[in-house]
Amino acid sequence: MGDFLSNLTLGFGVALTPLNLGLAFLGCLVGTLIGVLPGVGPIATIAMLLPITFGLDPTGALIMLAGIYYGAQYGGSTTAILVNIPGEATSVVTALDGHQMARQGRAGVALGIAAIGSFFAGTVATLVIAALGAPLTRLALIFGPAEYFSLMVMGLVFAVVLARGSILKAIAMILVGVLLSTVGTDLETGEERMTFGLQFLVDGIDFAVLAMGIFGIAEILRNLDHTEHRDVVRQSIGRLLPNRDDFKQSYKPVLRGTFIGAVLGILPGNGAVLGPFASYTLEKKLARDPRRFGRGAIEGVAGPESANNAGAQTSFIPLLTLGIPPNAVMALMVGAMTIHGIVPGPQVMTRNPDLFWGMIASMWVGNLMLLVINLPMIGMWVRLLKVPYHLMFPAILMFCCIGIYSINSLPTDVMFIGLFGFVGYMLIKFGFEPAPMLLGFVLGKLMEENLRRALIISRGSMETFIDRPVSAGLLAVALILLVLALLPTVRKGRDEVFTE
Amino acid sequence: MKKLALALAATLGLAATGAQAQNYPTRPVTMIVPFAAGGPTDVVARIVADHMSRTIGQQIVIENVAGAGGTTGIARGAQAQPDGYTIMMGHMGTHGAAPALYPNLKYDPAKDFAPIGLAAGTPILIVAKKDFPANDLKGFLDYMKTNGEKVNMAHAGVGSVSHSTGILFNSIIGAKPTMVAYRGTGPALNDLMANTVDYMTDQIVNVAPQIQGGNIKAFAIATPERSPALPNVPTTKEAGLPDYQVSAWNAVFAPKGTPPEIVKKLNDALVKALDDENTKKRLLDLGGVIPSAQERTPESLQKLVESEVARWTPVLQAAGAKAE
Repeated sequence: MGDFLSNLTLGFGVALTPLNLGLAFLGCLVGTLIGVLPGVGPIATIAMLLPITFGLDPTGALIMLAGIYYGAQYGGSTTAILVNIPGEATSVVTALDGHQMARQGRAGVALGIAAIGSFFAGTVATLVIAALGAPLTRLALIFGPAEYFSLMVMGLVFAVVLARGSILKAIAMILVGVLLSTVGTDLETGEERMTFGLQFLVDGIDFAVLAMGIFGIAEILRNLDHTEHRDVVRQSIGRLLPNRDDFKQSYKPVLRGTFIGAVLGILPGNGAVLGPFASYTLEKKLARDPRRFGRGAIEGVAGPESANNAGAQTSFIPLLTLGIPPNAVMALMVGAMTIHGIVPGPQVMTRNPDLFWGMIASMWVGNLMLLVINLPMIGMWVRLLKVPYHLMFPAILMFCCIGIYSINSLPTDVMFIGLFGFVGYMLIKFGFEPAPMLLGFVLGKLMEENLRRALIISRGSMETFIDRPVSAGLLAVALILLVLALLPTVRKGRDEVFTE
Repeated sequence: MKKLALALAATLGLAATGAQAQNYPTRPVTMIVPFAAGGPTDVVARIVADHMSRTIGQQIVIENVAGAGGTTGIARGAQAQPDGYTIMMGHMGTHGAAPALYPNLKYDPAKDFAPIGLAAGTPILIVAKKDFPANDLKGFLDYMKTNGEKVNMAHAGVGSVSHSTGILFNSIIGAKPTMVAYRGTGPALNDLMANTVDYMTDQIVNVAPQIQGGNIKAFAIATPERSPALPNVPTTKEAGLPDYQVSAWNAVFAPKGTPPEIVKKLNDALVKALDDENTKKRLLDLGGVIPSAQERTPESLQKLVESEVARWTPVLQAAGAKAE
């Protein structure tokens, strides 16, 4: 314990110097502003802003980059809530109820609870990293291919529960998502699959492109289609900040979300992606009236946003303690560290303690900054909704195009958001939900790769999934969840949870 | 925003294509890095470009165009205006292994470029899980002879450095392990540390921290000399496998037809960067190898590309690897 305190003191000593405080603030601010661009998630933001940290010393640069990361993450949620365009997988869930809240004139409340929930989750996760980072590392090593496969199966069951309408349609959408995720070069053999010989499909479909089209562009089309539904603009704005009742409804989801997010975030191999989905599923299951979900339930924003931020934070654990990046954002952080002459690895903690603990302390500082920056900005964002839609939608479209082009510099990406937008519009018209499809898309790739990896290592024996205790446990949970989800359907022939 | 400004600059610049090479460069230069920001090639490019910018008096802006094992970005660079304002950072994969892996490759590594010079080499190491029954390369080779069937080799995906160098290694030692693909080095290393897979070959910058931390073991480094970062790891020659000499080199190229004066100017800037103490130190800290004076010329880079294509093509084709 003494060690823990002295380490934290060292960390805060580094993080609270005026320069580093300034850098954390600047990082959060710039990250938020860029991250708000539709489709520009944390990866693209960090990649774009990486060069501006070159002139700094390594600690300052990493503090700033971490700030950019949180800022972009938060900025992405803002876009999801205001215009229904999730910038990355984890804010898909936020868009579901967050945007509905915005339509009901409660955008400020949604943004406020997202900021406060995130701050709380970030604080807890920072403490977890500081106190338990090193021992928790072992958890990352327990998870092999078989465990990941089972985790992803569990994730797909969440996707079923996520759906609002018919369960059959939800499953169909999940499968379409899984199918879309198999487009591109086969990882094991290097063969092209379903690319129709088109060069730009060789690396598969980009998540941002799919999400922006299916959610964002489709939303614009739908709004233009029937103007009377476009209540965002005409609704009075209402309160800017959550009140007592909102907090009363939200504090439990925030606590649960923080826990789920923090645990899943530690897993490398993108376990953090599941956090918000898991939290949403849990809240919907626990809610007295699950039908409110998808129609602007504040729990559906509070829980997932907390899970999201807790996961974003704890996903630093494998990077800081092992030097192994658990996902694409962290891989970028590795690059940033090496550019600054620090090769991440198990030695960083002992060799550069000021950097290590300084960064951990700055995580908390960064979360605080985010709160400080974002609460006053809520008013500004919400006022944005008052802009007449005929001025707003060309601007959103333009920012979508700029955002998506800046990620890979590929014109085909821009065309694809148009295509997916049209598909998304058709789906809405026919009553299909896009969210399960996106989850299927994200999990499909991970699931397939880990399934094949596990089977290659076990030389084709399926027993590997049951022999390994963690994997068997996850599969059992998935089975129970599935039975629970299907039971009402079977019993009553009509599903209260899923049908509106 | 920088990108936007550049695009604008490029459009305006087109009007003045006739501008003399003497005045070059009058506006920022784009360096295409065919991989995502933060990878080993990107890091080398940024370190070198930083110093080169100061020499040529214009900013060299890095543009990451990732995809298809780096061939998307290089194909785009090869088709750019040969005016010296678009250059690219190629590497062992894009200018050596690619013709064997991608039958529909849109460029010829030996014919479609004006080589500028070699930037840095990254040594390759043979590493294994901590619990592997052998402790040195000889023990490893013996073990492979009797237990070859049971062994799993990890790599970071078809077309990656760890994949190509791994296939070369296996063909030299005559091993046929079961290949397990990962999406990138990070997850592969994670499973190596968890003892899920048995061995792999990869660049020093990725594996050195884990070797120093005792999480995995290193059998040999495939360079003529030991690396100062890992003085205890023997070279492949010392360990009894002199044929396995391989490095993931990075080199600067311009599109074919770039005026010789501009090539010379860029090569001078590159050489100057490699002589700079600070730049050198940053590259060495990453475990990189700085090319010798003879290796830095455009001519020797051209020879390197030709010899690399000739070396990788038969090895990779024999292994049946392709990433169409």
